[in-house]
Amino acid sequence: MDIAKGLHSPLRKFRGGVPADHQKNAADIPLQSIPVPGTVAIALSQSIGAPCSPLVAVGDHVYAGQKIGDSDKTISAPVHASVSGKVIAVGEIVLSNGIKCQGITIESDGKREDCPDISPPVIESLEDFLNAVRESGLVGMGGAGFPTHAKLRSALKSEPAVDTLIINAAECEPYICVDNRECMEYPQNIINGIRALVQWIGFKQVIIGVEDNKPKGLERLLNCLGEECNADMDIKVSSLHSRYPQGAEKMMIYVTTGRIVPIGKLPSDVGCVVMNVETCSVIGRYLRTGRPVISRSITVDGDAIDGPYNLRVPIGTSIQDIIDYCGGFTEPPYKIILGGPMMGLALSDTTAPICKQNNAILAFRQTSISRLVKWDCIRCGRCVEACPMGLVPEKLERYARYRNVEKLKELNVMACMECGSCAFHCPGNRSLVQYMKMGKQLIREEAQKNVN
Amino acid sequence: MLINMNIKLTVSSSPHVHTPMTTRGIMRDVLIALMPAVLAGICFFGARAALLCAVSTGAAVFFEWGFRKLIGRKNTISDLSAAVTGLLIALNVPPTLPVWMIIIADFIAIVVAKQFFGGIGENFVNPAIAARIILMTSFPKEMNAFIEPVDAMTTATPLALAGTDAAPSLWQLLIGYHGGTIGEVCALALILGGVYLLVRRVIRWIIPVCFIGTVAAVMFFADGCSLYSAAYQVLSGGLILGAVFMATDYSTSPVTTWGKVIYAIGCGLITCLIRLFGSLAEGVSFSIIIMNILTPHIEKLTMPVVFGADEKGRKAKEGSL
Repeated sequence: MDIAKGLHSPLRKFRGGVPADHQKNAADIPLQSIPVPGTVAIALSQSIGAPCSPLVAVGDHVYAGQKIGDSDKTISAPVHASVSGKVIAVGEIVLSNGIKCQGITIESDGKREDCPDISPPVIESLEDFLNAVRESGLVGMGGAGFPTHAKLRSALKSEPAVDTLIINAAECEPYICVDNRECMEYPQNIINGIRALVQWIGFKQVIIGVEDNKPKGLERLLNCLGEECNADMDIKVSSLHSRYPQGAEKMMIYVTTGRIVPIGKLPSDVGCVVMNVETCSVIGRYLRTGRPVISRSITVDGDAIDGPYNLRVPIGTSIQDIIDYCGGFTEPPYKIILGGPMMGLALSDTTAPICKQNNAILAFRQTSISRLVKWDCIRCGRCVEACPMGLVPEKLERYARYRNVEKLKELNVMACMECGSCAFHCPGNRSLVQYMKMGKQLIREEAQKNVN
Repeated sequence: MLINMNIKLTVSSSPHVHTPMTTRGIMRDVLIALMPAVLAGICFFGARAALLCAVSTGAAVFFEWGFRKLIGRKNTISDLSAAVTGLLIALNVPPTLPVWMIIIADFIAIVVAKQFFGGIGENFVNPAIAARIILMTSFPKEMNAFIEPVDAMTTATPLALAGTDAAPSLWQLLIGYHGGTIGEVCALALILGGVYLLVRRVIRWIIPVCFIGTVAAVMFFADGCSLYSAAYQVLSGGLILGAVFMATDYSTSPVTTWGKVIYAIGCGLITCLIRLFGSLAEGVSFSIIIMNILTPHIEKLTMPVVFGADEKGRKAKEGSL
């Protein structure tokens, strides 16, 4: 197969969305590791799917990278100690979204001593590869948190077989720059990850999608691919139009391949697997070193905090520890967001631990982010124009308020991906995403009622 | 673990960033866009025009405030929509109209057409149009008492004069030197306001262009391919005022793009039918109100295709594999 090394710009555009004001302040800030925190709280449920059972007890000594929780369920990923030290608690912890789950708290010895068992996995078959991905504890690091091995297994079962791997480095959320840093600093890991995926899963083409507001990341990837002259893979680097939500799975597939994922179907149903770039990079690194997911990159930005920073933080570090490392707040923050400003979670406190899928901490002052006044809907239609999925948020909001499940179903509220484009454009500042979530919940509740 | 107890954080659903555009900002922009027409009206018709504009705007805001207070609902005058409605009503009446009549019109617009149906966003017809139609049918003499600008001689509207020797020239129509309502006479001022609304992204071009374009096209062919007729019909009567400021009312026009196209062409066709065959000289108000009523049906017909739900989606899936 030919080696396609040129930059490729798709002409297709998705509908609606939000024009770019990407605030990529941290794009050129190199990743730096924070010092080993005093304690880390490792949640046993860091992915969609079954929670892990603890493999250690209070008082046990653990090494960094040692597996401390696992499950025998298919949709689950093991968790590993991110520092070396002593287990001081196994019990309930509160996650950033307010949900309580089981977790293991480790008092670090300040050393982050690696587990002596860590060695590169030996891979001789597809099964070895999938097991290695599982053992690395890898989940979708772009925010979804779906166990990667489970995603690959389900993609392998799809009929007809998957043929396209899309590496998602679009990073369309404002402020966040960790995917860009991954492209800048670890392109070799990314390419190694791609190579393994192509070898074992059998993809025929690979497309790396990066928004065109990150020219340095694009250039670095291209250069690195150029050095890989012996690569026998068809890898395209795709320079994508900077428009939110370019990185949404369905938009990404449509723009890069022209395929449209039918409602209620998965990317594998149109032959695609979309993988976040850091996830892919972790595969590359794990196969080389055997070090599982025990840290991740986080962008710290916003006008209430010194910065910006791109940090490597151990999983389980509390958000407050990261803020302290960055020098605390410069002004009392009004909102702290875990993730991007379009889809991130507004935190009620800063005690929660970082999980594998978190990618940013943003702290804002009131003046820069608040819109306190809400107005009635004037049916201006901006939400309808903005919806990348072609939904009618104006009507969905109304039917959610009326709890009209029939109408919600008819207007496909389940196709909403909660990207927030509608609410961004709403001049009435209406909580459209909240109503979409409520509408989906109403449908789920009714389905549940019908089962019982 | 260190917790800073002094910090009070706000928790809300995503997204956490928004467009700077607000409902009040939109209404403010509409008021600004109406200013050229208001100034032109005052220029041509004097203090009487200014009085009607002021009284009508004031009365509309008062009725909005009073009715919301009466029914114990949130005060909504700060969204400025009532002020827009009040000003539009003044621009839609002849400068000679008695003041008490315009107050009745404001009452009908704000209380009957808007608040009875739930207030802003819930009304099914444009309040200002409803008020104009009530005035036209209740007080036909006063609503047709048009005067010439400046010298205040009694005259008819250009539409009534079309084809006669007394018909104003296209140039007169463009700058507004002819009989008509306060706001509709100066086409130039209205176009200026329309361009401002387009630039500020308050309105999309679809409705004004399709509406005016349909009228121009029909009139061009109706009068034996006459460019003069097309231009005369576009520049006279309330067409530009209606197409730019009234047909584009969010609440009563379709939210879908193709819906807007159908709605605007419908407005244009009905306007032409009334102007060509009806007993009334002017048809813009009736055409808009009829299309207002059809808006929910047009919306139903033009729902956007959900991404991944259409034939194209299935084909894309089968074709590419």
